Amino acid sequence: MAEVARERKLPVDDKIHTWPHLVRMEFLLALFALVGLTLWSIMIDAPLEEAANPTRTPNPSKAPWYFLGLQEMLVYFDPWNAGVVLPSLIIVGLMVIPYIDINRKGNGYYCFKDRKWEILTFFFGFHILWIVMIIIGTFFRGPGWNLFWPWQRWDPHKVVALTNVDLPYLLGFRDYWLSAAFSLFAIGAYFVVGMIGFYYFVLKVKGKDFLERWGMVRFTLVGMLLVLMMSLPVKMFLRLAFNVKYVLVTPWINI
Amino acid sequence: MSLFDKIKTDIVESHVWKSIFRHGYDDTPRNRVMMVTSNVFLHLHPAKVRRHAVRMRFTWCMGGLTFLMFLMTTITGVYLMFYYRPVAEYAYADMKYLEFDMPFGMLMRNMHRWAAHAMIVFVWLHMFRVFLTGSYKPPREFNWIVGVLLLVLTLLLSFTGYLLPWDQLAIWAVTVGSNMARATPLLGYEGPFADFVGANPIYDARAFLFGGGEIGPHTLLRFYILHCIFIPLVASILMAVHFWRIRRDGFSGPSL
Repeated sequence: MAEVARERKLPVDDKIHTWPHLVRMEFLLALFALVGLTLWSIMIDAPLEEAANPTRTPNPSKAPWYFLGLQEMLVYFDPWNAGVVLPSLIIVGLMVIPYIDINRKGNGYYCFKDRKWEILTFFFGFHILWIVMIIIGTFFRGPGWNLFWPWQRWDPHKVVALTNVDLPYLLGFRDYWLSAAFSLFAIGAYFVVGMIGFYYFVLKVKGKDFLERWGMVRFTLVGMLLVLMMSLPVKMFLRLAFNVKYVLVTPWINI
Repeated sequence: MSLFDKIKTDIVESHVWKSIFRHGYDDTPRNRVMMVTSNVFLHLHPAKVRRHAVRMRFTWCMGGLTFLMFLMTTITGVYLMFYYRPVAEYAYADMKYLEFDMPFGMLMRNMHRWAAHAMIVFVWLHMFRVFLTGSYKPPREFNWIVGVLLLVLTLLLSFTGYLLPWDQLAIWAVTVGSNMARATPLLGYEGPFADFVGANPIYDARAFLFGGGEIGPHTLLRFYILHCIFIPLVASILMAVHFWRIRRDGFSGPSL
């Protein structure tokens, strides 16, 4: 019956009863999960340290592990950006995914080929930026939020030279207004170059036809989110390679 | 007919029994559907699902496990609430009391904490799977948004609970996490442009979160209420929406 339908390209009813097929699986899985949770809880105790003492700050003070990616971002950006603006953009960026992805393929099955760039972007944002930052923050950051290898002792007196300078200073600007003007130019150029680069990238891998279907709003939204997301690895690179502290310094905000 | 069978028949065919259980376990297509449609809990499912969707390597079951962990934290959480007072003088002592004196107190606390951590891991994996299978594509776009909100609420649930033991780990982790709020542009006193709106240490975004300028007893009560009532309530409503929409749209799968 099904084969006949397939030959004639008629819809095949591939449905099975929820009871017992799905309910059985849910039951078994819940059972395994609860046994696992119980055993884990019998063997490993939840941590409880000494009573809260607002006058004694532990070093290092770490946020809960799931926020350590954000805390790690504080190394590279100021709190208003790493702690408020970028997390909000992560949430907004996640929410708009269904509306910016107009690729009808790959709905309801695993397929890398049809959605190569979508999956790579998600992989980069989630696994590389979010998970790896959490791992760094959890296992590689010790007292003073300094980097320690797992085999190194967490020495609270580790001396780290503060050699970071602002980008305009690094490039030889000494005048305040010239520095500010250059900073603004550098940030503007980053966005302009990023957006133009993104345009040609989409043109190359997706084609003109796709860009027309995608539309101006979606293109701008995705481009801006992508450029903002890439600002983290860019700033990390500038910091780690050239000891750049800030790119832009103003009395109100530093980036 | 043996005596046992007779008793069984008497019970199963009694007025009371039939009023509670409307059908047995007969393995007929009709009964299989009835099993789902006449049970308020199983009714979360459609009566029939697509064959590929129940395969483990397709679904990973992470959404269901997240919900299971939510239920586990609710059950163990109620137990913990009996013995815990969200008052700075008592909170830490109650933790010790719970760990050393209460029957199964330590186990309940462990299960509560590890289930909360597992819930976060599962919800991330759930999001990853839904992305990989493109299950957010039409007609399920809005459900993805609800899912993102639930993800944020899961993190907030865990974060507000982190403070409650009132030990060094708790207050400093929450201090570090909440200090971000004082840097909120305009609304935090250390954030950019705070002067324009007159934000100050006792009147800004972080003070609103803390219930004061510093982390203290008021923060404990505030986080306790957020953790035990407000966020679970909002999350439950969103979960109802989330599940209902899956029920209406069906599980995603390749078009036939």
